[in-house]
Amino acid sequence: MPEPDLCEISVPNRIGFRFPGLDVPKSELPKGLVREVLPLPELYEVDVVRRYTRLSQLNHAIDTGYYPLGSCTMKYNPKINEDMARQPGFAAVHPLQPIQSVQGCLALMYDLQEWLKEIGGFAGVTLQPAAGAQGELTGILIIRAYHKDRGDHKRTKILIPDSAHGTNPATSAMSGMTVVEIKSDERGNVDLEALREQCDDTLAGIMLTNPNTLGLFDEHLEEVIHMVHEAGGLVYGDGANMNALLGILRPGDIGIDVLHYNLHKTFSTPHGGGGPGSGPVGVRSHLVDFLPSPIVTITDEGDEETPPIYGFYSPPKSIGRVKSFHGHFGMMVRAYTYMLMHGKEGLRKISEHAVLNANYLLARLRHVYHVPYDRICMHEFVAEGHWEDAPEIRALDISKRLMDFGFHPPTNYFPLIVHEALMIEPTETESKQTLDAFADALITIAQEARTNPEILKTAPHRTPVGRVDEVKAAKDLILSCGVSVEEEE
Amino acid sequence: MNIPSDLKYTKNDEWIRVEGTQGTIGITDYAQSQLSDIVFVEILVNEGDEVKQGETCATVESVKAAADVYMPVSGKVIATNQSLPDKPETINSDPYGEAWMVKIEITNPSEVDQLLDAAAYQAHLAEKE
Amino acid sequence: MFLPHTDRERQEMLAVIGVKSIEELFTAIPEKYRFPDLKLPSGLTEMEAQEVLSDLASWNDNLQEMICFLGAGAYHHYVPAVVDAIIRRGEFLTAYTPYQAEVSQGTLQAIFDYQSLMTALTAMDVSNASHYDGATAVAEAVTMANAHFRGKRNKVILSPALHPHYRQTIRTYHANTGIEFVGDEPEADLQSHPQQLADHLDTNTALVIVQYPDFFGRIYDYTELAAKTHQAGALFAVSVNPIALGLLKAPGEFGADIVTGEGQPLGIPLSYGGPYLGIFTTKKEFVRKMAGRLVGETVDNRGQKAYVLTLTAREQHIRREKATSNICTNQGLMALAAAVYLSLVGKHGLRQVAELCYHKAHYAAQQISAIEGFSLWSSEPFFHEFVVRTPIPPAELNEKLLEYGIIGGYDLEKDYPSLKNHLMFAVTEMNSKEEIDYLVTTLAEVSHA
Repeated sequence: MPEPDLCEISVPNRIGFRFPGLDVPKSELPKGLVREVLPLPELYEVDVVRRYTRLSQLNHAIDTGYYPLGSCTMKYNPKINEDMARQPGFAAVHPLQPIQSVQGCLALMYDLQEWLKEIGGFAGVTLQPAAGAQGELTGILIIRAYHKDRGDHKRTKILIPDSAHGTNPATSAMSGMTVVEIKSDERGNVDLEALREQCDDTLAGIMLTNPNTLGLFDEHLEEVIHMVHEAGGLVYGDGANMNALLGILRPGDIGIDVLHYNLHKTFSTPHGGGGPGSGPVGVRSHLVDFLPSPIVTITDEGDEETPPIYGFYSPPKSIGRVKSFHGHFGMMVRAYTYMLMHGKEGLRKISEHAVLNANYLLARLRHVYHVPYDRICMHEFVAEGHWEDAPEIRALDISKRLMDFGFHPPTNYFPLIVHEALMIEPTETESKQTLDAFADALITIAQEARTNPEILKTAPHRTPVGRVDEVKAAKDLILSCGVSVEEEE
Repeated sequence: MNIPSDLKYTKNDEWIRVEGTQGTIGITDYAQSQLSDIVFVEILVNEGDEVKQGETCATVESVKAAADVYMPVSGKVIATNQSLPDKPETINSDPYGEAWMVKIEITNPSEVDQLLDAAAYQAHLAEKE
Repeated sequence: MFLPHTDRERQEMLAVIGVKSIEELFTAIPEKYRFPDLKLPSGLTEMEAQEVLSDLASWNDNLQEMICFLGAGAYHHYVPAVVDAIIRRGEFLTAYTPYQAEVSQGTLQAIFDYQSLMTALTAMDVSNASHYDGATAVAEAVTMANAHFRGKRNKVILSPALHPHYRQTIRTYHANTGIEFVGDEPEADLQSHPQQLADHLDTNTALVIVQYPDFFGRIYDYTELAAKTHQAGALFAVSVNPIALGLLKAPGEFGADIVTGEGQPLGIPLSYGGPYLGIFTTKKEFVRKMAGRLVGETVDNRGQKAYVLTLTAREQHIRREKATSNICTNQGLMALAAAVYLSLVGKHGLRQVAELCYHKAHYAAQQISAIEGFSLWSSEPFFHEFVVRTPIPPAELNEKLLEYGIIGGYDLEKDYPSLKNHLMFAVTEMNSKEEIDYLVTTLAEVSHA
């Protein structure tokens, strides 16, 4: 049974939580500014705990099952991360406390900056962006600021491969750039001819996802970067797929000028049902002056007896601030814990095993599902969820049927250049047994598509709710319920 | 796919019915079928506006997609379909009739000649498939 | 640890793939860049890592040990135990964005609760599923107003009493969108009534943004300013502190078109600045121009009530370069925390905590302004934050207070050069009378030493 609306369970004058009584004299309330109606629910603690516990049980989550979600890196989120972030020494610290009272936070942030610089081959890192999308915005604003600073005002064109995620063009447009799409060649690489045509003096840069959204390492990457640099443009790297590259390749080494990381993908901070994320940005040396401020730095080196003193620093040509305070510090603690536990060897193992798992699944499935760009993949691959001898079956049906086997579906209909795409990213934290069970389920579904297509078309059957009416949702637009039973006073 | 022979078309799936110096604009049957259930339409031009060929005159949304509607030719807006935003689903049921979007006074008749006729539009769709 | 394969399994898997070693999987990577030698330490066990992290945490002064009177956009409030018990549940914590409604009803209905609570709290029609924080929410308000006027109105009026970080973030977001910002020039009179902002209104104005309570803690009735803004055809946005709305007139009541705010006070720990929660509510007529996720109620094919992400055609993954914003997700877990907090404290608890903040802050203001050399900067009504003139530089005061176990106030000079020797204190339900009295005696002592 679905949970009732909040207002349906609210009972007038029920008390959920009591604060201590007032211990100072009352002051006069501001005239004409006091609220008369506060239509919030009236529940007690048991109502609230049961409601949200029961709601939680309607979710699929990493802690309950497997997510083969391409480009999302749904790896296991270690429990120790949560404990570390909740220590009062991190959780109960105000962002504007005097610098001398937050040296632990700053030391952690400084170290995290240094680790991310080393992992990506960058000269500077900002931890401020709140999510990958905001990291992208930061990166593109930096590119724009770089050209403007050189007096190169006409460079406003950003090239984006047709396989790219929708945030790339949205970010560019939001930054006042014009977007030109570049097609992919038949091997899933950036089409060099198409690129060459766009390399002129209006080129600001290119946004590359590498490995790209097909899970493939672009075979012309060095050439693409060289062409863009020769034309005076910069190369933005979408770090959504960094899980394939830890200890494998440093994007900065190969010439990527700016890149965002997703701590919630690569570095195991929880997705939380859609956030908070964290999207630090790394840049090569010519861009460090444009990073958002503030950046954590060492203000006094210290010596053998005294530890260094950390503080903030504003880069001279900074694009400014992209959010309040210093970024999602709580996520930084989690990511840092994860990095510390892996170290240099462990980080490389993460990517090696992410790639191993993806290629294993690919090997088990390529005879059953058509893989349009079929070669050794990186940490993910894209198959087609469609067969000529089962014409009515679409990728969506396969995805919905997977839920009946206890799996979250892969990413659907993305990238756009693959027909009926099923984008599968296993991650390194899944065992062979889980991968086999998932492959077996997909093979069974492929058989069902021929023998019992109806069971796919009507799937899922074993989930808390069935397929939902999205048209009704968009037309009716019921976006809230009244939360109080009380009429206006 | 319904492609009435008395209309002119664009490669972007708009149609225009030319009657004398006036034109009525909407989106094609093919466009509505690609978008599937349309849940929202907003007409972005007002009576009296001078709008150039290729400028956006409306935007259409389904659950899965959103599309801008561009002016097939330049013109001065003489009417917009006021009742359409309240029943966007008519774009699915009657794209060439009740779901017209904008009526214009055509300012540059030579632009009409550059548009596709029904046969050419049909061929264009066949090529796309 | 977190990697499962045994050597034997690894060999089996490589055999299925048809390669001899893991290294063979990486031949697409140019050899000269392949397998860099990272200059990083070796990994630690959980026990060792915990020691490192606990050590770092111990270098900080934390608010369980200190007395805090610092606010300026982030506030020290009590977080009921229920909040963390719920948001720590793996089913919420480790779930993905709820694209697949059939296996995400928990997250979806929790967001629907959040949207319902936010519309009720702000007295607006619709709420999105949240933005990153108070700063980005207000930056997105500018984006929305710009989209609403289709780029035809290019001026935005900013109150100088809007949080400095928010104003900086707005400017970063809109560095290249051709919008001009006025009203918060360095020479702006900080003591003038917000009504004066109306002088900047013209037919090119898209949006007026004020804060409530404002950055300095003051509360104004914005009804008239909103009306004047509407007369000029522009939109009116208010950035709020949600706790204050437990006591104060809702912005919807004075005609706001957009309400944004920092949701951190609603059950979210300070965590040295994040993750927090960006509140964003608006009127129904603007819903399609609003960026960010939205959850709607519908039914499933079994006839049950169900929830789903809706109006997704506005978003970046469909509209690409034509989307209003590039935002992908929301601040899911933080929105859940706020929903649990508001469900629990409810109508009575929110009013109670707001009143506690109000009365304690007024008591503190009275006591501090009675100390020789200290005086209140403004005589306007305020909520739980206020500015005092100090006899010695605030930085010096704060340093001394720290020695007494007190995190002092916010030194305003850095953001407002005209407010040299002005310190801003915040008081919440966390501050007992004893703590306030201790602050007062300590201030008296250290300012005259």
